[in-house]
Amino acid sequence: MTAAVSDLRRCGRAWVFGDEVNTDEMFPGFAMKMSIAEAARHMFNATRPGWPDLVQPGDLVVGGRNFGMGSSRPVPLLFKELGVGGIVAEEFNSLFLRNCVNYGLPALAVAGIREKVAEGQNLCMDLPNASVENTTTGEKLYGGAFPEFILEIIAGGGVLAKLENDGLLQKASSEG
Amino acid sequence: MSMTLIEKILARAAGRAHTRPGDFVVCGVDMTVLLDLQFSQDRLDDVVRVNDPDRVAIVMDHAVPAPSVREAAAGTAARAFAKRHGVSRFFDVGAHGIVHQVLAERGLVRPGQVVACTDSHTCAGGALNAAARGLGPAEIIQILCTGSVWYQVPPTIKYELHGTKSPAVDGKDIFLHIAGRYGDATNHAIEFGGPALADVPMNQRRTVATQGAEVSADFTIFPADDRCVAYVEAHAPGADISPVLPDPDAHYESVRRVDLSEVEPTVGLPGTVINNCVPVGGLRDISVDQCFIGSCANGQLEDIETAAKVLSGRRVAEGVRLIVTPASQQVYLEASKRGYLATLVEAGAVVTNSTCGACFGYHMGVVGPGEVCLTASTRNFKGRMGSPEAQIYMASPATVAASASTGRICDPRELMGEVRA
Ligand code: SF4
Repeated sequence: MTAAVSDLRRCGRAWVFGDEVNTDEMFPGFAMKMSIAEAARHMFNATRPGWPDLVQPGDLVVGGRNFGMGSSRPVPLLFKELGVGGIVAEEFNSLFLRNCVNYGLPALAVAGIREKVAEGQNLCMDLPNASVENTTTGEKLYGGAFPEFILEIIAGGGVLAKLENDGLLQKASSEG
Repeated sequence: MSMTLIEKILARAAGRAHTRPGDFVVCGVDMTVLLDLQFSQDRLDDVVRVNDPDRVAIVMDHAVPAPSVREAAAGTAARAFAKRHGVSRFFDVGAHGIVHQVLAERGLVRPGQVVACTDSHTCAGGALNAAARGLGPAEIIQILCTGSVWYQVPPTIKYELHGTKSPAVDGKDIFLHIAGRYGDATNHAIEFGGPALADVPMNQRRTVATQGAEVSADFTIFPADDRCVAYVEAHAPGADISPVLPDPDAHYESVRRVDLSEVEPTVGLPGTVINNCVPVGGLRDISVDQCFIGSCANGQLEDIETAAKVLSGRRVAEGVRLIVTPASQQVYLEASKRGYLATLVEAGAVVTNSTCGACFGYHMGVVGPGEVCLTASTRNFKGRMGSPEAQIYMASPATVAASASTGRICDPRELMGEVRA
């Protein structure tokens, strides 16, 4: 395991969301006309207005079943823009989970997590061990581990960074 | 070892004798598709070299002709990209259409292939027996550069179709019936089969496959039976076709029997279709402000034909807007030659250019606060088609057209003269 991979631990305050949170809630259609920085200010405008002003850098997001169903819009970039450290959910939509991996946002599926976390409690997610601990209550749960190659992509900051290192993509001339 | 459709297609693409659910495989991608909006959002300008330009297509669909300067600049970037990297399959404005329609009608998605595109409804290609799915923009850039992709083989849920379908029932109704009854298929593949599948025409299969994204399925696949092969041969004359059928004793996580004679015209209620659909007869007195027939799911020629038949000699109700968006230039042209568009305009509909438009609430038919929209497009999320304070119901083109003429959500059989009292 590389140093970067073993470093994939994120601790922060939890924001708790429900089941079937969809991509259009997180990244509204009208915000697709904006830059990532601007679009991030409109996350959850229909279902949890004002949230982008409340979330703090390092906070974690906790979701329910089928988290991120919907489209391929690069929602993880918006979470990263707001400083969100990672997402733990009961279950992810696979397109959304791939987007997290490919944009380098730590994400972990852990069944039963939502019952164990109240909003505002502190969590530590540990990707290499596929665990999440509620440090407020001391309870710890385990999810399914990613294979090493996926952990490497997340640790490297996503696929675009890797393509740059491999000389397949020019260094960022514009925003991702 | 026996395999389901998706297990077989992914095994072949990965050069393996077999795969089973949970396996990670690396597959060559046969067709990677770029869309107009990506050229304003993603780092396509930074791509040094495209792995294989012959396995790439660019389709201008989401916002064309450009509604604002941002999309105009994206168009310029797309043209420059096609030129710089030698991408000859470039469907620019004039040869455009909604991506999944263009891929099907141009024979660019074929049995057994692996197809990747950022639009989440890329699963539409499953009707043509392809392992097609939506992927994120970063991953699409990676595939452009490397030509390959990894998948974790999902377990398969099989729907076995039996019985005889009423002519008033569309692929949309089959899908809504299933979504309402069985809910989501997150992290699973969905496969269709059974004796009644042979009677389901290709346009309806394409609607069903397209909508698989709405129940969160990884892939939604149909076998390459005679109908499917005939469709592909007609649209890709002379192409090598390697149809894939599931092994008879393949293992499915579950097998669900659907009796098509029980499927009624069905409506998806606002929010999501997952466990949230009812037969149209169960809805009373819901008046509509806007009706929409279009999108990759239901902007096909057959859908426009249905709408024209329902509205022939009728009028769109006072106070209702009916927007019809043919899914491609080819569909537009054919619908025009056959007189469907004239019938629709005579009835009071607005026929728009082929684009995604209202489907994702971007342009040409955005709905306002407090409005009720009945749509034959793909997605009914809150806020999807405009204001988060609008209600979006989903139904087949026949139901949408009938409702446009009565001004309330109604059973198309009331107008098609075959309602059973
Ligand atoms: S019509 Fe709608 S669902 Fe289909 S490709 Fe366009 S935006 Fe996506």
